[in-house]
Amino acid sequence: MRQLRIDMGKCDAGRTCQHECEEACAIKVFKLDSPEHAALHIRELADGTGQAILCDQCGDCVVVCPADALRRNKMGAVVLDKELCVGCYTCIGFCEKGIFERNPEWLVPFKCISCGICVKACPHAALEIVDVPQPEYRII
Amino acid sequence: MSSHTTETDYPKFQRCEVDFTQRTEYLDGLEAMKAAHKVLKEWTFKPSLPQQGYTNRTLYLNVGTLEVKEKAVTQQMKDMFIGGRGFGMWYLWNAITPKTKWNDPENEIIITPGPISGITQYPGSGKSLVVALSPETEIPIDSNVGGYFGPLLKFSGYDSLEIQGKAEQDLIVFIDGQKGLLRIEEAPAEPLDSHVLAEILTRMYAENDADRVNISVVSSGAAAEHSLIGMLNFSWFDKRRGCIRLKQAGRGGIGTIFRNKKIKALVIRGPEVKGDMNHPVDQETIAKTGIKLHQELRSNDPVQCLMRRNGTAHIIEIMDAYDLLPTHNFQYGSHPEVHKIASYVWDQRCTQRTTDGCWYGCSMACAKGADGVVLQTGPYKGHRVTVDGPEYENAAGLGSNCGVFDPEFLLELNFYCDTYGICTITYGTLCAFVMECYQRGILNKERTGGLEMTWGNALDDLAMMHQMAQGEGFGKIAGLGVKRMKALFIANGWGDAALINDIGMENKGLEYSQYMSKESLAQQGGYALTNKGPQHDEAWLIFMDMVNKQLPTFEDKAEALYYFPLWRTWFGLYGWCKLPWNDVAPSDNAKTAEPTKIPEHVQNYLDIVSAMTGKKITSEDMLRQSARVYNFQRIFNIRMGKGLRLHDHAPYRSQGPVTKEEYESRIERYEKELRDQVGVDPTTMSLEEKMAATRKYRIDRYEKLVDAVYTRRGWTLDGVPTQARIQELGLDIFPELVEIVKAHGG
Repeated sequence: MRQLRIDMGKCDAGRTCQHECEEACAIKVFKLDSPEHAALHIRELADGTGQAILCDQCGDCVVVCPADALRRNKMGAVVLDKELCVGCYTCIGFCEKGIFERNPEWLVPFKCISCGICVKACPHAALEIVDVPQPEYRII
Repeated sequence: MSSHTTETDYPKFQRCEVDFTQRTEYLDGLEAMKAAHKVLKEWTFKPSLPQQGYTNRTLYLNVGTLEVKEKAVTQQMKDMFIGGRGFGMWYLWNAITPKTKWNDPENEIIITPGPISGITQYPGSGKSLVVALSPETEIPIDSNVGGYFGPLLKFSGYDSLEIQGKAEQDLIVFIDGQKGLLRIEEAPAEPLDSHVLAEILTRMYAENDADRVNISVVSSGAAAEHSLIGMLNFSWFDKRRGCIRLKQAGRGGIGTIFRNKKIKALVIRGPEVKGDMNHPVDQETIAKTGIKLHQELRSNDPVQCLMRRNGTAHIIEIMDAYDLLPTHNFQYGSHPEVHKIASYVWDQRCTQRTTDGCWYGCSMACAKGADGVVLQTGPYKGHRVTVDGPEYENAAGLGSNCGVFDPEFLLELNFYCDTYGICTITYGTLCAFVMECYQRGILNKERTGGLEMTWGNALDDLAMMHQMAQGEGFGKIAGLGVKRMKALFIANGWGDAALINDIGMENKGLEYSQYMSKESLAQQGGYALTNKGPQHDEAWLIFMDMVNKQLPTFEDKAEALYYFPLWRTWFGLYGWCKLPWNDVAPSDNAKTAEPTKIPEHVQNYLDIVSAMTGKKITSEDMLRQSARVYNFQRIFNIRMGKGLRLHDHAPYRSQGPVTKEEYESRIERYEKELRDQVGVDPTTMSLEEKMAATRKYRIDRYEKLVDAVYTRRGWTLDGVPTQARIQELGLDIFPELVEIVKAHGG
């Protein structure tokens, strides 16, 4: 299963970069010039450290989706079928990582699919796509 | 909330791992059944979506004359009745006269989703209300139900479906909300039972596999034809399981009317559902409010009610622990074998790791499903089926109240009630009555035609149900319900009339639902002071009163019996489910000024209604909207010859100990009451004297409660809304209402 990972030892949470990862995601994936609508977020914390909010493709959202609109693709990433989505946002409310998101302009939510565009954009090479075992679906 | 029995307490029980996609299929012969259909009427319409919650038209259908027409929803209807139960009551009022009987053609079945019904973001937003003149109570009944039919009706273009008339041959009504086509078809070949019929019709009317989610079927079953306790199943297609699921409009015998009208099924094919189809004024507020509740359910449900795991069955052991679980026809409140049907059993037996909402976006997901149930009796013996539930009411009514503590038999009883189209709550209470009559010699094997109706005899319990479905034997008598069985047994001279009346748990002709109100004065009123009969959806105060001790004074109880019936009426006006209101609560709810009301959730509902219609409403507006419909329904009851104090009388079993064994089972409680409340010394009294004194005290106390509640509701002491009250509510614009209350001293 493809999973986006970050090395917080390399990422400096925007202190010496322009959040290229978020920018690339917003522009190249969602065609939006607004990094707040990216499918990953890097926050600079007051103590000087950073926090990354990333989707680990855990699959909780697959379990709770009432429309069966979330499924794993061939590479194990959880992908939303916009045609099937009924816009209930259960996936957003049940995402423990807080990374299933919505854009008020759209009816359907959006999420990271481990595409790797952000990996290429990161000037510090802090992001990588790794291959990990797919976890079992949980009872939620 | 209280703690739950955990798996650790009963480590021997193993999780039931079954393949939830496997079950017996019923599609053989589908093409022949379809070919046997004869189209009697075709009618076209222009599909439309609601705007601000309303499509502003309703659909009228007469299955006798085949007349089909649209009616405009007037501003007055919206202002006075909102939708849902309100629209249902209004249409029924106009359709029938004081002389109408339930089986007259003019009786109607009205199915109405409310203005918010169909939104996908807020849990519990897919309900329909079904209204008709009940064969059991002979007054209007309202029953709320999930499943997809209501929202898909709304998204096809109609705020209500009003069905009148009576057909001669079995009919299917098909409404295609994608194509704008309505067809009435003679349908002679399909079986009646819902788990078969809904599966066949979902396949028959879907244009392809993907289209099955857009189909919903309303059906009943074989037992609805031969009893007065028929219910309606509303289906939806469960994509993960690959089968239809059913939710029930259970109470009051609406399925009996459905079959009496010779309707085999209503089938709707709606458009593909999206997240904004009600077209609210402010979609953003609804989205944010919905996400907030999803998050609350994620974090709090696992430490509160576990609704996502067990559904409403989570309270079985809690009710037992507080001596409130109806056991052996409401004689007792607990049983040593309750662990066999406790929530952890259903946690294991129901399929987890899937979704169970009866409408999109209901993340409370309490419509649990037990898969891989292999039936042991009846026409489907050996079939592998999925059973919806059991909910608490079913586990208590079909289980402890009848002494059945075998979970597999309980599932089978639940299954057959559903597929035969009879109400589980009603059947549970009437079967418990039959079993107690058997225990006390009022019935015996000869009188039941060979059925041994002893406590816990699930096989003969099922045999009685199969008889009901076949319209034969003692099962047919049982299907008349408790009120009519009481009259029959008394007329036959089969036992002491006073005892039979004391133990027959019905009020207004409707069987009690499954809470022991004997030790909760508030719940006694919550049951018997209802409009439709003793169903807990109007006032479920037992938890507040007995478990959480939140209604200590007489005034508290009377106030609760004013506020909560109005609050709960409001859910039925808009198309909401009540459960997400108080089966999960915000973490800080206990710190609020009125924790019983769950203020944050009340505000959520008000915010969503304001966002839907664009008109900001307050909790005072909410009470006023509900009070209009509530008082209208009370006056409707009076119009039908009921609805007075006389009809709010409760059977003594619901108020106190009828028998010596019951008295002795709680002797400390009763003797303390005699000492502290009645002011007598029980040590100087015989058992009979103590029971008589307890009875007098409890009946007097109930009557005082009735006085207080009527006064608080703005009714006379005979239970009639006063003219001042109906003027205050603006109901005096309907002259007939004024005449009725005047004629009854209001």
